Amino acid sequence: MDASRPFRLELTGITKRFPGVVANDHVSFSVKPGEIHALLGENGAGKSTLVKMIYGIMQPDGGEIGWDGQKVVMSNPKTARKLGIGMVFQHFSLFEAMTVLENIALGMDAKIPARELEAGIRKVMDEYGLVLDPHRVVSTLSVGERQRIEIVRALLLNPKLLIMDEPTSVLTPQEVEQLFGVLRKLAVEGCSILYISHKLHEIKALCHTATILRAGKLVDTCDPGEETSRSMAEKMIGASLKDIVRGEGRELGEAKFIVSDLSTGKLGHFDVAVEAVSFSVRAGEILGIAGVAGNGQNALLNALSGEILAHDASDVTLDGQPLGRLDTTGRRRHGLCAVPEERNGHAAIGDFSLAENTILTARDRMSMVVMGLINSGAARTYTGKVITEFAVKALGPAALAGSLSGGNLQKYIMGREILQRPSVLIVSQPTWGVDAGAAAAIHQALVDLAAEGSAIVVISQDLDELLALCDTMAVINNGRLSPSMPVGTVTVEEIGLLMGGVHGEKAAEDTHAVPA
Amino acid sequence: MSPELLIGIIITLVGASTPILFAALGELVAEKSGVLNLGVEGMMLVGAVICFAVTYNTGNPWLGILSAALASAAVSMIFAVLTLGLSANQVATGLALTIFGTGFSALFGRAYTGKPLALFKSVFPDALATHPLLRAVFGYSPLVYLSLAMVALVWWFLAKTRGGLILRAVGESDISAHSMGYSVIGVRYAAVAFGGAMAGIGGSCFPLMLTPQWVEGLTAGRGWIALALVVFGAWRPIRLLGGAYLFGLVMTIELYAKAGGGIAHVVPSQFWAALPYLATILVLVLISLRQSSNTSAPACLGKPFLPTN
Repeated sequence: MDASRPFRLELTGITKRFPGVVANDHVSFSVKPGEIHALLGENGAGKSTLVKMIYGIMQPDGGEIGWDGQKVVMSNPKTARKLGIGMVFQHFSLFEAMTVLENIALGMDAKIPARELEAGIRKVMDEYGLVLDPHRVVSTLSVGERQRIEIVRALLLNPKLLIMDEPTSVLTPQEVEQLFGVLRKLAVEGCSILYISHKLHEIKALCHTATILRAGKLVDTCDPGEETSRSMAEKMIGASLKDIVRGEGRELGEAKFIVSDLSTGKLGHFDVAVEAVSFSVRAGEILGIAGVAGNGQNALLNALSGEILAHDASDVTLDGQPLGRLDTTGRRRHGLCAVPEERNGHAAIGDFSLAENTILTARDRMSMVVMGLINSGAARTYTGKVITEFAVKALGPAALAGSLSGGNLQKYIMGREILQRPSVLIVSQPTWGVDAGAAAAIHQALVDLAAEGSAIVVISQDLDELLALCDTMAVINNGRLSPSMPVGTVTVEEIGLLMGGVHGEKAAEDTHAVPA
Repeated sequence: MSPELLIGIIITLVGASTPILFAALGELVAEKSGVLNLGVEGMMLVGAVICFAVTYNTGNPWLGILSAALASAAVSMIFAVLTLGLSANQVATGLALTIFGTGFSALFGRAYTGKPLALFKSVFPDALATHPLLRAVFGYSPLVYLSLAMVALVWWFLAKTRGGLILRAVGESDISAHSMGYSVIGVRYAAVAFGGAMAGIGGSCFPLMLTPQWVEGLTAGRGWIALALVVFGAWRPIRLLGGAYLFGLVMTIELYAKAGGGIAHVVPSQFWAALPYLATILVLVLISLRQSSNTSAPACLGKPFLPTN
């Protein structure tokens, strides 16, 4: 570090308390100009809180923020933007019903005439190779395109520091590469980047420095190039990482769960239907379905779980039994359980206790209803068992589902279904937002369930997860499913191409492209 | 149909629509910012009674209109403090506001029951305002022209100005607007106050244009029609104008049916009186049938915003 150049950003002893938790406990680190600095940590480690304070959305309870050698107070996001801090949020802060142009205008502090703004947008898009039509309404755009809006918006302010909060969780591998290209170019131009993620290989590929947080405390600042993914993961969770243990000499049985030519109609305005999906899962097999969000995963899960009925009973069969015309309750009775992606409101009811939520899906298989009356003792006992076996942090079976953190609720839901010992389990995003330790436990539970002869379908956007967990993989794109491929015979690049729809991606981009 | 009758119908229609148009425009702005204020009827009644009292005592209708706007805006602030400041339920609070407005206007208006008020007539020269054809253009109360100007103003504000963009953004996603540094609560206070003032002006149309005598419940449920109109107009000022005049037409049919002969007398007069409200229900049913195509409703409508998140 050149001594004459001050740090772009310097945090000293930043502390933030919420009722009951210390989200950040005396966190200190600094970012140089042009440095890509990773902020690593589990969910709940305090990364988001920390960057919200840097961006002025929240105020620290203690500590100081230094900017280019000066002590500053970030009283609100406007102050931060004035200094040259741009932020791309994890959950995009976009207005669905408005156009790209209007969304970007809202992120500008100065009043800029629409025409000048549009010219500025096109200039930034040209310079960094980002393609967007300024006049499209956001609700019609893909997730990758939405992120580009946020990036363009941030770049228009000529930022000196760009904060990216988990930017790649929704992108295809190709989109990730494109994004990294933009970020590297920015860094060369002298812009510092604070990059929040828990994807370790990305951090190794992109970042110069990594600061690791655990439970609100800084545990280490290291050079990701000299660390392994494993060593960084262990620093994040503060314990050694467990590998998935598979039984030796595992043999897959007969085709158990067969789906043939399954189609759904369009569900809603922005949903993609599935068309003529066929696959089969053998006893003991875990099939992974990869795909970028919004390519029909919701429709597929609903069609498999029984929320949407198939046209023909034989479209979905389990051990030869046709289930296609049965609803969720009927399919559960036959041993088909499902976990949808949305936890609160779909997989569980926030205002119900855990025991009540248990009754909703486990009543038949675990005999919790006798002659139409609920046996609440049985529900409580079973819920207690889920809480213990899956290490759910909850006050007990009477705790409201809505009071649990996202990760804990997910552990409860996964446990509730897995302990029913289903013959077929369909799960969407099993470890989304769950910390690495708990994710490992959930993965192990899935592998153990498969070892007992169940057929499992995992729908996920996390390729690493699918590659680690599954025996076979298929890719869903625009409602169509690719043939199943044994894991180990395909490369990440091939899967990435399928996720982007190979030719489809290029064609789609061209239709959105605008003359520069 | 004679031209005189047609002009008569147009003039009656425009007059009947104007109070609803004012109130609905105000509510549209409030709803665009994400606040559902069901207290429109109450605020209109407060505006009506304050306007009556001030105009009766000063003889100046402009002063009456201004007082009505201020009084209703003040009443809307009760709603704003409860729902925005204390995150109370907007539906319940809005209903309570209507009950309050009804009671307040009945109590305050007792002293004026049966007293006459001069109508606030056209300010154009008599030659223009009495000529049969020109009457359809120049024969209205200044309030009518004000309402049309407000439609244009609200449209321009929402569609063309940065302030309007921010207001729509707040109604579309309060959390995003907050994270960008916009004052969600501040914008909503302003929008509710505007909604209150407009409801007050709408209320003042009753004593100044329609029934120049104080009677309890003067607005006769027009505030509810204004609420339905916002949905009918799909939160767009220009469509709102069309909707208001359509409702005005239905109300005019009621008046002419009561006065006319023939078939109108076969049908009980209660039916004609109920017609505007039946039309309201019908319109709401039709709109909910094709809800999916109607994406212009503000996404955060009626949801409380807690800035700590």
